Amino acid sequence: MKKNGVKMIKIKAKDVDVFYGKKQALFNISLDIEENQVTALIGPSGCGKSTFLRCLNRMNDVIDICSVKGEILINDFNINDKGCDVVRLREKIGMVFQKPNPFPKTLYENVSYGPTIHGIAQSKQEMDEIVETSLKKAALWEEVKDRLHEPGTGLSGGQQQRLCIARAISVRPEVILMDEPCSALDPIATAQIEELIDELKKEHTIIIVTHSMAQAARVSQNTGFFHLGQLIEHGSTDKIFKNPDNKKTQDYITGRFG
Amino acid sequence: MNKNKEQLLNKRYKAEQRFRLYGQSAIFMALLFLTLFIFKIFSTGYSAFQKTWLIVPVTFDAELMMLEKNPSKVDIQDADYYDIALKSMADLDLNANEDQENELKRMVSYFFEKEIKNELLNDPSLIGKTKEVYLTASDDLDQVFKGNYPRDLPEDQRRVSDYQLKIFDQLVANGKVESKFNISFFTNADSREAELAGIASSFMGSIFSILVCLMIAFPVAVLAAIYLEEFAPKNRFTDFIEVNINNLAAVPSIVFGLLGLGVLLAIFQLPRSTPLVGGITLSLMTLPTIIIAARASLKAVPPSIREAALAMGASRMQTTMHHTVPLSMPGTLSGTIIGLAQALGETAPLILIGMVAFVNTIPGSPMDPAASLPVQIYIWAESAERGFVEKVSACIMVLLGFLITMNLFAQIIRHKFEKKWS
Repeated sequence: MKKNGVKMIKIKAKDVDVFYGKKQALFNISLDIEENQVTALIGPSGCGKSTFLRCLNRMNDVIDICSVKGEILINDFNINDKGCDVVRLREKIGMVFQKPNPFPKTLYENVSYGPTIHGIAQSKQEMDEIVETSLKKAALWEEVKDRLHEPGTGLSGGQQQRLCIARAISVRPEVILMDEPCSALDPIATAQIEELIDELKKEHTIIIVTHSMAQAARVSQNTGFFHLGQLIEHGSTDKIFKNPDNKKTQDYITGRFG
Repeated sequence: MNKNKEQLLNKRYKAEQRFRLYGQSAIFMALLFLTLFIFKIFSTGYSAFQKTWLIVPVTFDAELMMLEKNPSKVDIQDADYYDIALKSMADLDLNANEDQENELKRMVSYFFEKEIKNELLNDPSLIGKTKEVYLTASDDLDQVFKGNYPRDLPEDQRRVSDYQLKIFDQLVANGKVESKFNISFFTNADSREAELAGIASSFMGSIFSILVCLMIAFPVAVLAAIYLEEFAPKNRFTDFIEVNINNLAAVPSIVFGLLGLGVLLAIFQLPRSTPLVGGITLSLMTLPTIIIAARASLKAVPPSIREAALAMGASRMQTTMHHTVPLSMPGTLSGTIIGLAQALGETAPLILIGMVAFVNTIPGSPMDPAASLPVQIYIWAESAERGFVEKVSACIMVLLGFLITMNLFAQIIRHKFEKKWS
């Protein structure tokens, strides 16, 4: 999105290196993410795109041997600073995972979990509203409004993933990270999610890791191409897919490797 | 070539058939042993739930009891019952000489004096009258009546004399011997006399020990497991701890008994022979079992659930307490029950801390001396009297019943927990 003709940058990654133990997984990644746009990260398996995604909400902290160097600025605040509180950070930056992972609790509890732990809703009524709007935004409300108190694990795969999206947006995050959100879903469910992503970018900045180049072309405005831990090329999706600068990008896009 | 393939296929089917047969015979063997075991226990033990009574007419002669006229309750309490008790037994055979009178007396339990006294305390108007009173038969006659006594042995090899048998047979013929449900087996503490011995002390001892064990082992083990699994860094030191917890689970139980003896009794001076010390000792033994079970069930919670909670901005503590621990509870609980069941059946460590002592009182708290069910089995199995043989089996039946109830309880809890989210 442009304001006064200037691109608004939401996330600025500068010289990010990631190590798993002694093995370096990401080399010198610098990437700007535009606000209220969908940025797709593509590349062959093991190229580090998911690792990069997980740097953005510091999910790599969970892995003992993983260490992250470099700056990641979100709203001009370096999240790798010692003063950064991961709980606050993850409230602002939601995440949707590859495999739908609803909590084995009711639909209602799934969506209300975030607002509960962050103290967002003041009353039961307010919570009901949050749950309803989140489910509506995730295009799931009509299907589940009569069974909010049934287990979330009883839904179909596509519904579960939309439930996870509803859960992620329930705390109104500024950024939503999606790690191959459609890889476990059938084409119809995938189409639903893609539609949803388009809708969500009005209010959220979205970064999506995907294996499907067609998906990247369909949903994203910007694309970054990763290969062997390096960011080979990034720019507008149009340019990357039609006229990439780099030979490797060209080869990957046209299916010569990957 | 084709023929070869067919042969190979046949061979594979045959191999599978053979394997099934092995499996089935293994299961058959296991069931056979189980059935034999249960049959043996039940056939030996069921008679212990019946008790034989002699119905003897007792004349409450005020003079013999040294009672004044219109005695008070205290007087009746303090009266001398020995003479009327002796007399009523002697009167069973009016022609008995002194030796035979002695033998007659030994046909009932030494408790008979008290049984007569209780009769009068219940109904003081009996003074001067005659009433038929139920007296506990001696353990040997009890066995005779149940058909467990080798009557055809020569007399000098029996504890029951021909004379006693003759009188007893007369009583049986007159319908003066009755078999009733053996309440005292459940309400009496241990006794040197088989006919009076019961499991109340050891049952309560077991319950108190298990409670103490649960209250110590469960929280400690669960906290240790949660910390190790969810919070502790994975390094050499935690690896070392893990290895040692596994080793601890393999330590023979008697070693824990020695620890209890050396530390709890010798250093901390806790009261000997009590369920408190027994429970603490057993909790040391149960601790690794619960830790291992709790860790395994924490590990079984899919990491995606943890990631989901963390990504929502839950702290590590919230992730653990809201999601991981509740999901691991069924597994943890069943591990706890297995650990407690082990502890319930444990004998060796309790013997070392003195719970093998002869206890003829029923403990009211974990601080009172008590035995436990398996130790009671051990004590009775060591006793020579024939009357204890069936008691051993009966006690095993109670212990097994206790264990089965516990497992059932665990299953119900598990079922409820799991049903909620399946």
